[in-house]
Amino acid sequence: MSRRTSAILWGVLGVLAVVLLWEGYKALGPAEGVVIGAVPGEAGSGVLILPRTHDRAMPHVWDMVARLFAPTSGGSTPPLWVSVLGAAGLTLGIAAVGWVIGVVVGGVLGALMQRWRLLEWGLLPWIVVSQTVPLIAFAPIVNSMGLQLGRGGGFEWPQWVSVAVIASYLAFFPVAIGVLRGLAAPDRIHLDLLRSYAAGYGATLWRLRLPAAVPYLLPALRLAAANAVVGAVVAEVSIGMRGGIGRMLLQLAGQASADPAAPWGPTFGAIALGLVAAGSVALLGLGLRRYRRGEATA
Amino acid sequence: MSTESTTGSGATTRATGVPSAADPAAPALRATGVGKSFTARKGEVVALTGVELEVAPGEFVSLIGPSGCGKSTLLRLIADLDAPTSGELTIFGKPAHQARLDQDYGIAFQQAGLLPWRSVGANIALPLELHGVERAARAARVAELAELVGLTEFVDRHPDELSGGMQQRVAIARSLAAKPRLLLMDEPFGALDEMTREYLQSELARIAAETGAAVVFVTHSIPEAVFLSDRVVVMSPRPGRITDVVATPLGARRDDGLRESPEYYAHVTAVREALHGTPTHRPGEP
Amino acid sequence: MSPVVVARPPRRTAPPAWARIVAPIVVGLLLLAVWILWVDVLGTAPRALPSPIAIGQELVLRGEIIGKAMAVTATNALLGLVAGALLAVVLAALAAASRPLDGMLAPLVAALAVIPIVALTPIFNTMFGASSQFGRQAVAGIAAFVPVFVNVLRGLRQTRPVHRDVLRSVAASPWQTFRVLTLPTAVPYLLTGLRIAASLAVIAALVAEYFGGPADGVGTAIASYAKSGRAALAWAFVAGGIAIGLVFFLATTLLERLVARRLPV
Repeated sequence: MSRRTSAILWGVLGVLAVVLLWEGYKALGPAEGVVIGAVPGEAGSGVLILPRTHDRAMPHVWDMVARLFAPTSGGSTPPLWVSVLGAAGLTLGIAAVGWVIGVVVGGVLGALMQRWRLLEWGLLPWIVVSQTVPLIAFAPIVNSMGLQLGRGGGFEWPQWVSVAVIASYLAFFPVAIGVLRGLAAPDRIHLDLLRSYAAGYGATLWRLRLPAAVPYLLPALRLAAANAVVGAVVAEVSIGMRGGIGRMLLQLAGQASADPAAPWGPTFGAIALGLVAAGSVALLGLGLRRYRRGEATA
Repeated sequence: MSTESTTGSGATTRATGVPSAADPAAPALRATGVGKSFTARKGEVVALTGVELEVAPGEFVSLIGPSGCGKSTLLRLIADLDAPTSGELTIFGKPAHQARLDQDYGIAFQQAGLLPWRSVGANIALPLELHGVERAARAARVAELAELVGLTEFVDRHPDELSGGMQQRVAIARSLAAKPRLLLMDEPFGALDEMTREYLQSELARIAAETGAAVVFVTHSIPEAVFLSDRVVVMSPRPGRITDVVATPLGARRDDGLRESPEYYAHVTAVREALHGTPTHRPGEP
Repeated sequence: MSPVVVARPPRRTAPPAWARIVAPIVVGLLLLAVWILWVDVLGTAPRALPSPIAIGQELVLRGEIIGKAMAVTATNALLGLVAGALLAVVLAALAAASRPLDGMLAPLVAALAVIPIVALTPIFNTMFGASSQFGRQAVAGIAAFVPVFVNVLRGLRQTRPVHRDVLRSVAASPWQTFRVLTLPTAVPYLLTGLRIAASLAVIAALVAEYFGGPADGVGTAIASYAKSGRAALAWAFVAGGIAIGLVFFLATTLLERLVARRLPV
């Protein structure tokens, strides 16, 4: 059995273990969950440390799956999985745009910082701080700035562009750091060698620094993809854009008391979204395999 | 102490593309009053001082000495990887900086320093590629060099598939790519086992003779220095300087037979005495 | 022993050491100047972007309610960080010891690392009730779990063969080996994981507030004030959120530095 198939088998086993844990706790745990520190006779006091197990709080796994094939909102609406797929596809597309913007901006910033240490010293602390700014605060600002820009320039600024810009705000960070570290990765001996060939900065960047940075770039790009998805989902919700997976998730969660299995559809959609985004970047890595030579050996 | 200005101008010469003509009568290397000092935390450190050295075209000269004697520093100055703080270095009559831009020398280090993502052939071709040699000419030269170092069947392999000795042969081929008339080598066999080392020493002696290039060879092995060189330059630390130059005229025949000959031993002893500063007393030597 | 002197040409322009402190301050002041110029002088900024002066005024005026909201969010983040890190250390230790568990956890953690965890908040809210902070703490915990688990597991596997051979040759017991070799090797990795996890936990706790739950915390406040057009107050809360993130980041960075100095591995 190859390592790959065994890894897949183990993964399936892991998912099964999670399902078993869920159903096992649901069967054995108390219906109203486990509360500690409750004052007798006072409803809602104390802290719930284990969840409630009744069907409204924890639907059966098979109900979640079955719900995917039932109509989205009753009547003759399309099955839930079709709606989830559509919404996830829209969000994925926006996240991809955000990823591209983030990769370009992060790449340029990282390269500039690697080239001039003064820039690194001046910018890097602010780039780190930028990631602690809660981006939900940003979303309305980006959107209204966009609208203003649109009015000024006489064009329409669609909501999804704002979402993509916010997604890029989360995506650029790992790329900037990865490029900064990666471009500084070549061995001193290789740099000496290129210098002895009288190669300029451009030639050194292209033939040495970039190829040597690939092992740093691939994880950075993957992280950027995951971040872009998070950014897109959150931005959709905070801007109030319709049609994406984030909005759908909130909407169905609002109806959860009547239809507890429904929010699991978009939840699975969001999980799949993250996996597809990271998986696509991993495919990119396959194409760059030869630049990872020497990682395993050496 | 910035050499950035010299680094920056590297790209421009490539654009002009016309190497300045070397003076045919000039020595391969001439160092006059060369010194190098660094500012370290504890003040000024003199790495090298008052170096006077001349290497004739086609001559094989080794630099030998203990750690910290500045032999690698001197090589880096010759290669214009660092700038000297005093003195003057010329290569075939040109300043070292110009010689680097004109690719008048080839260089090899203790580590082979092959780019892991390039095949053996592409590694050998790298300096040619950087200087705009066209594809067909590149391929021909790579084939020639692979033949010279005996790696013809390996040109399409990648460095991680090669042994240490083979990697070092690729590095030597690469240093010869631009047909330099001066080779700079910084302990190229230092990381290899003794058997591979002796084999490559013979190979290098043959290649140096075939190409007619002058060689400046840094080592800390006395037998290696004697076996390869026409002259051995003995250096000493604190501050790094040249203390002696021992001529080792063993002629053109540099093969395993030479390693057994009495004159070889005599030269080894002479270099050892120069290194230790006193005649060697064999028994009970410290 | 003479120091081995190797000549090093300056590859990158080496600016003076004081620039390390001055450069970020200059950049910060420049950004502030552009901001003030845009908002207060030119007056062309969108209404959602208030002047930093107005934000400062709100910060002083409403310091108390901002502080309260910060306490809620910071507590959620801290609880999540501690619980997530503890769980991560335990599971990483088990995974390092047991191959089957490692096989099952590896793909799950890899998936957890790339899925948008905040999307799980609504699910947690229905499981624990909308009045519970648990959903937010759980999301912060999961966000913190991933980097700690990955780093600790890596750290537990970093012991060098030569060190293992030495301990084997002196017949050290497994527990002794763990104490003198495995643990000291892994601790720096744990701290690196914690540093990464700290920022993630704060962001996760804050963003999770946007996906429902009780009506308190910095994130909820930002959202509601931004919606009602009180941009300066919303930004004062943003400053509060940044402060929490910075405190978490600096505290864990300091911890990492201190321990790194104690443990010269």
